[in-house]
Amino acid sequence: MAQDPYKVLGVAKGASADDIRKAYRKLAKENHPDLKPGNKDAEERFKEVQAAYDIVGDTDKRARFDRGEIDADGNERAEQPFYRHYADAGADHPYHSADGYADFADMGDIFSDLFGHARQPGGGGRGGGGGARTMRMRGSDVRYAYEVEFLDAARGAKQRITMPDGRDLDLSIPAALRDGQVLRLRGKGMPGLNGGPAGDAFVTVHVKPHKLFRREGNDIHIELPVALHEAVLGGKLRVPTIDGPVTMTVKPGANTGDRLRLRGKGLAGGKGGQRGDQHVTLKVVLPETPDDELTAFLSDWAKDHAYDPRAGMEG
Amino acid sequence: MREAELLKLISGLRRAELRRWVEYGWVVPERRGGDYWFREIDVARVRLVGQIRRDMSVSEDNVATVLSLVDQVYGLRNELRRLARAMEAQPESVRMSIAERLHAER
Repeated sequence: MAQDPYKVLGVAKGASADDIRKAYRKLAKENHPDLKPGNKDAEERFKEVQAAYDIVGDTDKRARFDRGEIDADGNERAEQPFYRHYADAGADHPYHSADGYADFADMGDIFSDLFGHARQPGGGGRGGGGGARTMRMRGSDVRYAYEVEFLDAARGAKQRITMPDGRDLDLSIPAALRDGQVLRLRGKGMPGLNGGPAGDAFVTVHVKPHKLFRREGNDIHIELPVALHEAVLGGKLRVPTIDGPVTMTVKPGANTGDRLRLRGKGLAGGKGGQRGDQHVTLKVVLPETPDDELTAFLSDWAKDHAYDPRAGMEG
Repeated sequence: MREAELLKLISGLRRAELRRWVEYGWVVPERRGGDYWFREIDVARVRLVGQIRRDMSVSEDNVATVLSLVDQVYGLRNELRRLARAMEAQPESVRMSIAERLHAER
């Protein structure tokens, strides 16, 4: 039998008529026997390409091929029997279900006689027939792991994830989601059998660490570098928060280790629905290489103002 | 037929998809050696599931419900046919009185 005409022409099943025509012309040109005399392969290929185009180049034939009515040679295919043909032939097949009348047996003796013994075939069948599979069964649960960015977990986000079996799942990340928290998606597990409900999907969400923010309960901690002059003189500084940067006032004489608090800039879900706070720890940072002016000033300044931050560390 | 033949026969059916249908119990092929063996009814059933999924755009979650109803209808049709055949075997008078009764019940 000839090959799949789409494959022969190297086009997708859904290709437009135009694309098919282009692909055909290109291949026909490449393999035309009159242009490649003596090349037997090209001749074979040319015939193949022509036969393929004969089918998918024709709207009508292409539709019939797609429906499976004709094969790649253009021959009529034997009509495929519908499922009904087999299912209606009796009860001796694995898909037989007695669910539609199983309760008739309770309605009186006559039905008990009529239907109650209906499923005791005199031999044949597949060990109890459809008994086991006509039970309504809930689909099994599935478990996945998923990683989210720190800020998405802090603020909440909607994300579409693709599961290993190819299905897409819309995941709603609640604000202030904790690392390792498990989200349950009802009905997103395996489908149930015989009309039973689908199982659930359990997604364990891991939160990636952030380069600036650290979480503690519902509070956010951040270390903020400040320049020497900002620490000594004070000023207004821009501080990143999970909502974006805000301006914070630092009093003159601030020092490394000083902690300031930004109320309500932490994570949601605290007591009474209030957001936690953001704690800012200052860290005085000197210029990378002190310039001459600074060096000169400090050597002068140290003569009269020297202090010992390590006093009391020994003994 | 074997799985490979079935996949060739039904265009657009992927192996992973078919395996899933088998796993869900929508299609119940026989086991032969390490392979599945699809009887004619299984092949027709695979085609049916494919049509439910694609042509009717029923989501995979809902296919089990549709199949369950389909199976129930065929189960009922089968019982109804058996009942009809049993009635057919009755004497004329019995058939008549059953028919009368059925009309009266309506």
